[in-house]
Amino acid sequence: MNAPEDTAPLLAVEDLVVDYRLHRKLRLRALKGVSITVGRGECVGLVGESGSGKSTLGKAVLGLAAVTSGRISFDGEDITHARGAARRRLANDIQVVFQDPYGSLDPTMTVGEVLAEPLLVAGTKRAQAGAVVAEMLDRVRLPTDAVHRYPSEFSGGQRQRIAIARALVRRPRLIVCDEPVSALDLTTQATILDLFIDLQRETGVAYLFVSHDLGVVRRICHRVSVMYQGEIVESGPTRTVAHEPTHPYTRRLLLAAPVADPVRQAERRATWLGLRDSA
Amino acid sequence: MLSFIAKRLLSGILLLVVVTSGTFFLAYLAVGDPTPGLLGNSATPAQQAALRTKIGYDQPLLVQFWNWFSNAATGDFGTSWRNFQPVNDQMALRVPVTLSVVVVATVLSAVIGVAVGIACGLRPGGMLDRGLKLASVVLFALPGFWVSLVLVMWFAIELRWFPAIGYVSPDQSVGGWLRSITLPSVSLALGAIVMVGEQLRNGFLQVANQDFVRTLRARGLSGRRVTMHVLRNASPAALTVLALLFVGLLGGAIVVEIVFNLPGIGSLTQSASQIGDIPVLLGLTAVTVVFVVIVNFLLDLVLGWVNPKVRER
Amino acid sequence: MTAAPFPATLAPVKRISLWRRYLRRPLGVVALGVLMVVVAAAVLAPWLSPFDPNLVDFKLTHATPGDGHPLGGDSAGRDILSRLLYGARTTLFGAVITCVAGLLLGVPAGVAAGYFGGVTDRVCSWISDALQSVPGMIVLLVVAAGTGQDFAVLMVALGIFLAPGYYRITRARALAVRREPYIDAARVAGVTNPRILRTHMLRAVYAPIVVQTALTAGIAIGMQAGLQFLGIGSASTPSWGQMMNDGFKNMLTYPLILLWPSIALGVTIAALAFIGSTLADLISVRTEQPARRARLRVRQALAGPAPAPGDLPDRVSSGTHEHQAADCALRIENLRVGYATPTGVKEVVRGVSLDAAPGEVLGIVGESGSGKTQTIFTVLDLLPSGGTAVADGIWVDGREVGRLPSAERATLLGRSIGYVPQEPMSNLDPCYTVERQLVEPLRHVHGLSKTAARARAREVLVRVGITDPDRVLASYPHQISGGMAQRVLIAGAVAGRPSLLVADEPTTALDVTVQAEVLELLRELQQEYGMALVIVTHNFGVVADICDRVVVMKDGRIVETGPVERIFRHPEDPYTAELISASLDDTEGRHELDEAWDRDPRLDADLDRSAAHVGGEDDAR
Repeated sequence: MNAPEDTAPLLAVEDLVVDYRLHRKLRLRALKGVSITVGRGECVGLVGESGSGKSTLGKAVLGLAAVTSGRISFDGEDITHARGAARRRLANDIQVVFQDPYGSLDPTMTVGEVLAEPLLVAGTKRAQAGAVVAEMLDRVRLPTDAVHRYPSEFSGGQRQRIAIARALVRRPRLIVCDEPVSALDLTTQATILDLFIDLQRETGVAYLFVSHDLGVVRRICHRVSVMYQGEIVESGPTRTVAHEPTHPYTRRLLLAAPVADPVRQAERRATWLGLRDSA
Repeated sequence: MLSFIAKRLLSGILLLVVVTSGTFFLAYLAVGDPTPGLLGNSATPAQQAALRTKIGYDQPLLVQFWNWFSNAATGDFGTSWRNFQPVNDQMALRVPVTLSVVVVATVLSAVIGVAVGIACGLRPGGMLDRGLKLASVVLFALPGFWVSLVLVMWFAIELRWFPAIGYVSPDQSVGGWLRSITLPSVSLALGAIVMVGEQLRNGFLQVANQDFVRTLRARGLSGRRVTMHVLRNASPAALTVLALLFVGLLGGAIVVEIVFNLPGIGSLTQSASQIGDIPVLLGLTAVTVVFVVIVNFLLDLVLGWVNPKVRER
Repeated sequence: MTAAPFPATLAPVKRISLWRRYLRRPLGVVALGVLMVVVAAAVLAPWLSPFDPNLVDFKLTHATPGDGHPLGGDSAGRDILSRLLYGARTTLFGAVITCVAGLLLGVPAGVAAGYFGGVTDRVCSWISDALQSVPGMIVLLVVAAGTGQDFAVLMVALGIFLAPGYYRITRARALAVRREPYIDAARVAGVTNPRILRTHMLRAVYAPIVVQTALTAGIAIGMQAGLQFLGIGSASTPSWGQMMNDGFKNMLTYPLILLWPSIALGVTIAALAFIGSTLADLISVRTEQPARRARLRVRQALAGPAPAPGDLPDRVSSGTHEHQAADCALRIENLRVGYATPTGVKEVVRGVSLDAAPGEVLGIVGESGSGKTQTIFTVLDLLPSGGTAVADGIWVDGREVGRLPSAERATLLGRSIGYVPQEPMSNLDPCYTVERQLVEPLRHVHGLSKTAARARAREVLVRVGITDPDRVLASYPHQISGGMAQRVLIAGAVAGRPSLLVADEPTTALDVTVQAEVLELLRELQQEYGMALVIVTHNFGVVADICDRVVVMKDGRIVETGPVERIFRHPEDPYTAELISASLDDTEGRHELDEAWDRDPRLDADLDRSAAHVGGEDDAR
């Protein structure tokens, strides 16, 4: 399944500006007029370094960061300032997976309670919720008897599977993934990425995938936007951006990540040094 | 730094105004008509009315408040409703007594508490540490007056090392003064020592497990130097406890003074409370809060000096 | 794709309730038992008391125990035991009122302040601070002055003064939980604020509140007795404080009258205090260093007798040496590291041998839990508390140091061995300027004068690529960026010109562009000073970038050692191959994956890999 590009976008962010208040007077402009779209069933990557504003964009879409100006629309509906009941209705469509596999699950709840909570607040009957939870655990390849266990009994990768299952229980159309694999070991990272791809194919969910790692983004994303200091410096199909970057920052970013091959890495380093010294 | 000081000072003054005004209204609300209490039940309504006029109780509450507040702002807390002596004169006699006991107790708990806290922090799980824990559990909750009763029984009555009761002014004899306030101060300080020690010990261990301590060691610094780094980082929590203790000790002193029959604010508060002598109670509240504000202000200065981040807030 | 076989690591963990764990603490059980007795005495006072507590019998005045009055009589001729029992009623009734008042005020305010923050937080915190600054005893006496000495009102007032205790602890906990992503996840899942407060927040603050209640009850009883001692409270209601006052007045002549209520009060408060401390211990395990005995036990277990043959692979040293011991900047032989746990010794490094020559860059690579960082800490002799290391030999600069006393080991640090940590921000002391932190070791370890040390610190900062050294020297750690902080730490590590530099994941916490800069800097410094560099990493890209030789670790053992080119070209161990292939450099991108899937979803060979790996998801980094 290739990303359907002909339909209207599922998520459209236009000219978004977000400020953070550091002090009573000092404000930091985290996003300086950013625009992106995410199509149905598509995975769009946001890549950048710390402080580039990539996580802020994800938070703004989720309603966790106040928007100064600009517009976020989901399925044609303006959700920029959706609050209260309107925002809670969106929980049907937009969900999240966070980075920290330890902090993202309430340690005092069993996995079953964690997964059922989004369903129960939506008014689902308990028995029906149980069936959905069992189905989602199966989808993320965890056994159904996990419902009686506590998050602390699971490893980092398994917890991330639980977090993904929680994001899926309401059958959303968009999941915002905020660095969902960067706290995991490399081998675990690969399997979780593959799970994301499988789930997208099975359910047709779209991802807004925030990451600092171009390698991860290349693996999972159809399109990518590179962010630098609150602005998007380059956007395009992942293949193009990863192989023929046009913006100097993207090029620096690509070259800076070391590859697991001593010979090629020596060449890349030489190129990087040249780029750095000429800058 | 200057704006930091100004802000803290302003916050202290605000606290003083809010607490004294709050106590004023609380007292009027709680006491109601004070004249039966002041004159006793045998007084005639006419006598009561005369007293009401004399103390200004017949005026509207807000007028009374303004009269009291505007005078208090200049440092004049009016006269007692019982004996019509100026409140300031009575407090001038009594506050130094209480303050001697509380300050000595605070210094004792600071010095001994810090020493114990460091010793336990350096050797957690050792004998001293386990002793501290046991002591902290028991002494933390036991009221000071209970401890003082025990101390009086033992040191004053059994061993006769210290006077059981009474106060000697330092003007008369410094040695006598020290002897007269030793037992009250110690009975107040015992609980405080273990609290400061416990707080510092836990802070010390918490800091000692932080990454930068390993890095300092890895630079080759001696244990003594690393300990200084740890102490500086661990001190804010212990200092905060010390300031809180000062408030707690002021309250505790009231009861302890009764046990040791010291002429401090304790017996004054007790008697004023029993007959509803509001000006005296308000004066005492204001004076103690002033001391608390001063201590908190000093604490803020020290915290600002210890922790650079605080200064920037 | 079928569901993967479920990993065996999910052995059923028995969750033992707090209550059950509490019952295993003898002290806690005794304290609880004492409290139960007091409660029972209070409840059953009308049936247990031999006499009416207010019945005056002049014959009984100051009576000694005996003659139907087990504790004797007080100064008014009333039976002490009966008054003591009824006093327990008053005491506990007051304590309950106080605790409920404090709880109802402090906990909701604390949760709200911690969760909503902003104005709510500032207002509540100011009120709490103000309450703590008020000398409560005086205000309580003001309240007592007018309320007709209504005991319940007074106890509520006392509860208000104790509410800041609840408030502070609840707010701190709520604030910490508020930052956890699971609260954000709940909000995104459509959970309303009231429900978040009711479920997630309340669950998080529940345990500390139980502890706080035990302590508050103790304090409340003490203060209550103090007030009664001062004469507050109805004369017809017996109370312990009142009895103590009575005893105090007759202390010299009839000390027994004072003794009984003192014992009752002391024992009750101590019981509550011990209950609170036992609960606190169970909830947050204090960072106790194991006693010397436990360390000795670990040492014996590590160095223990020859293992059973079946255990052999786990007991023999893994890894090889490349150089002669005398030529090595670092050489480790058969290192074991263990930690004492309640169930025995947990071995995290299980027989590791490695070496590095001067001018060589050795990478130690592995996933979380492989023991790579523990190996580094052993070189520094700075294992976290509870850790014990045993080795056949540790050589630094060709000298055997493993058997030196720890004080002598410490003299190597900063001189022969430099250390670069992982997290730049947490590895600088927040209370001191950068200058102070760089100059202190130069003066007190290397004996430089103040001016010389400052000049040297500035020189090293310039060397590590800091363009405005004077500003950085004057800065506090929170005023500089993470990349800058890491440069400062590297400057500190090389300032003493060590012959061996150990770096523990020096670039993991940094952005990728900063990582490249720091790796370049490490390489330059290593070549310039001719140091041996031992670098711990999980990233094979970093290995390929900087290392000459590499040691691959898994579960505390070395699976493979060799020169970088060979390891990457022909990894001998399948685990090494798996780690190298886990890096996403040369794998198909999403477009290739989708094209393959479009052709035939069933032949998605690359993705099937994931199924086999679920069991390998051991841990997060």
